[in-house]
Amino acid sequence: MNNLELKKHANEVRKGIIIGTHSAKSGHPGGSLSAADLLTFLYFEEMNIDPKDPKKEDRDRFVLSKGHAAPGLYATMAERGYFPMKEMETLRHVGARLQGHPSMNYLPGLDMSSGSLGQGISAAVGMALGAKHQNKTYRVYTLLGDGECEEGEVWEASMFAGAKKLDNLVVIVDNNNLQIDGTIVDVNNPYPLDKKFEAFNFHVINIDGHDFDQIRAALAEAKQTKGMPTAIIMKTTKGKGVSFMENQVGWHGKAPNDEEFKIAMDDLEKIGASLK
Amino acid sequence: MSEVKKIATRQSYGEALKEYAEAYPNLVVLDADLAGATKTGIFKAAYPDRFYDCGIAEGNMMAIAAGLSTTGLIPFASTFAMFAAGRAYEQVRNSIGYPHLNVKIGATHAGISVGEDGASHQCLEDLALMREIPGMVVMNPADDVEARAAVKAALDYVGPVYIRFGRMAVPVINDESYKKSFRIGKGQVVKEGRDLTIFATGIEVAAAIDAAKALASDGIDAEVVNICTIKPIDEELILASAKKTGKVVTVEEHSVIGGLGSAVAEVLSEKAPTLMKRIGVYDRFGESGPAAELIHKYELDGEGVYKQIKAFLNR
Repeated sequence: MNNLELKKHANEVRKGIIIGTHSAKSGHPGGSLSAADLLTFLYFEEMNIDPKDPKKEDRDRFVLSKGHAAPGLYATMAERGYFPMKEMETLRHVGARLQGHPSMNYLPGLDMSSGSLGQGISAAVGMALGAKHQNKTYRVYTLLGDGECEEGEVWEASMFAGAKKLDNLVVIVDNNNLQIDGTIVDVNNPYPLDKKFEAFNFHVINIDGHDFDQIRAALAEAKQTKGMPTAIIMKTTKGKGVSFMENQVGWHGKAPNDEEFKIAMDDLEKIGASLK
Repeated sequence: MSEVKKIATRQSYGEALKEYAEAYPNLVVLDADLAGATKTGIFKAAYPDRFYDCGIAEGNMMAIAAGLSTTGLIPFASTFAMFAAGRAYEQVRNSIGYPHLNVKIGATHAGISVGEDGASHQCLEDLALMREIPGMVVMNPADDVEARAAVKAALDYVGPVYIRFGRMAVPVINDESYKKSFRIGKGQVVKEGRDLTIFATGIEVAAAIDAAKALASDGIDAEVVNICTIKPIDEELILASAKKTGKVVTVEEHSVIGGLGSAVAEVLSEKAPTLMKRIGVYDRFGESGPAAELIHKYELDGEGVYKQIKAFLNR
């Protein structure tokens, strides 16, 4: 799939994020929008998955360790054909399959329940270990927040992944530089992220998380990397694609009201129209 | 009287893992740098390729176990009860319990019978913590035979299971045939009686049997019921026995808050209110000392349980 088509899908994913959080009157648009390009690439290009057979045994696995970006994951899955985009309107509603944070027993296609930060990467490590143990060839991807890297468990999991040489594991950090209380530097500076993962025996790649060529190249490089897991630190813009949300910490966990919804959808319609 | 055979249930745990490894090829074992103490080292020595040491990172180990289970393996994650139920509580709750994954937690060194290491390592709260998690099976085997039966039952059950094992050698009170009749959720009438029921769990079952013998010489006919599965608890048996005897005592090497005593009280207070006494550790931390001396000091040996029951009956 060429970059133009990927950009179109990612733009639809972003609309889904806005539709979902607007309908829910809550949720986390900022960190969903920053991850939308990466999620789109994973689900449309990178991973061996089948929306019609979400539990097929040899599928690649994905764990959204930054589980609050659930609207981003759900919208990506909807765009990929797991369920109709219309279902985004049920996000966070009573009885919905689209729980506030991903719950695998509610929605087929989720490989893990997540949301309590730091735990998803451990589960992904367990899946990668399980694949190695059973001589399976599937790969495991997990997406972390940069603020999430303040959790000690991230480094417990990384130490184990490096020690066990889990080269079927790709850890991606959505480095949008903002967390609830402010910039990650102001709150509890986790930088340098790349050097930390290197120190934990990862192969590390730094990229722009909104550049599909770089995403493609990094994931290809990860596949070629043997004997160690790969960490991709991707610089992103929190709220990417929606003018008034970009780089605004206030949009970490807040939903657009009716007026903001209109502006956001207009922004995304314009981006969509430009993708010819 | 001939010497009763004594085995620590952690030993039974390690041996059971090895015993069932061949019949359950998907069984893998995780530990957090305590394989020698938890006795998973017995499994490791026999099946090194199916053993993963996660190092001293118990929360990570629990969530790794969760991930492993999604690939079709049956992981037994092992460490001391303090760290399995305490330190890693939230990983157990959110990454194992909430998705209802097929992870087994083998928690050793529970209770004050840890001994000399002292209160920091003597978990008296694990049954309460694990019992709260929806869908979690919680077992506390009484002896070697029951411990091995519990491991087998956990392997056959699909879903999260917490099993509590002890460090101290305890009398083997069951014969091998008990393994066949053991069921998750089913209590065991160890001795029938008419005057009161002693519901005991884990290493306190042996103490309850001793206490019942002492009570018998006072003319008191105590029924002794072994409750291995704290959750789901055997309501039917608890109600039947309580209705028969009209007086209930619970005995556990655990805080009286939240464990067996609470579980039995929940059943009885709703369905057959019965006067009861909860024997256990009374809202305090343990301390250092040889295990047997501590059990004696905390009145959790046969003599202490007898004394506490007498005080209850004479109050």
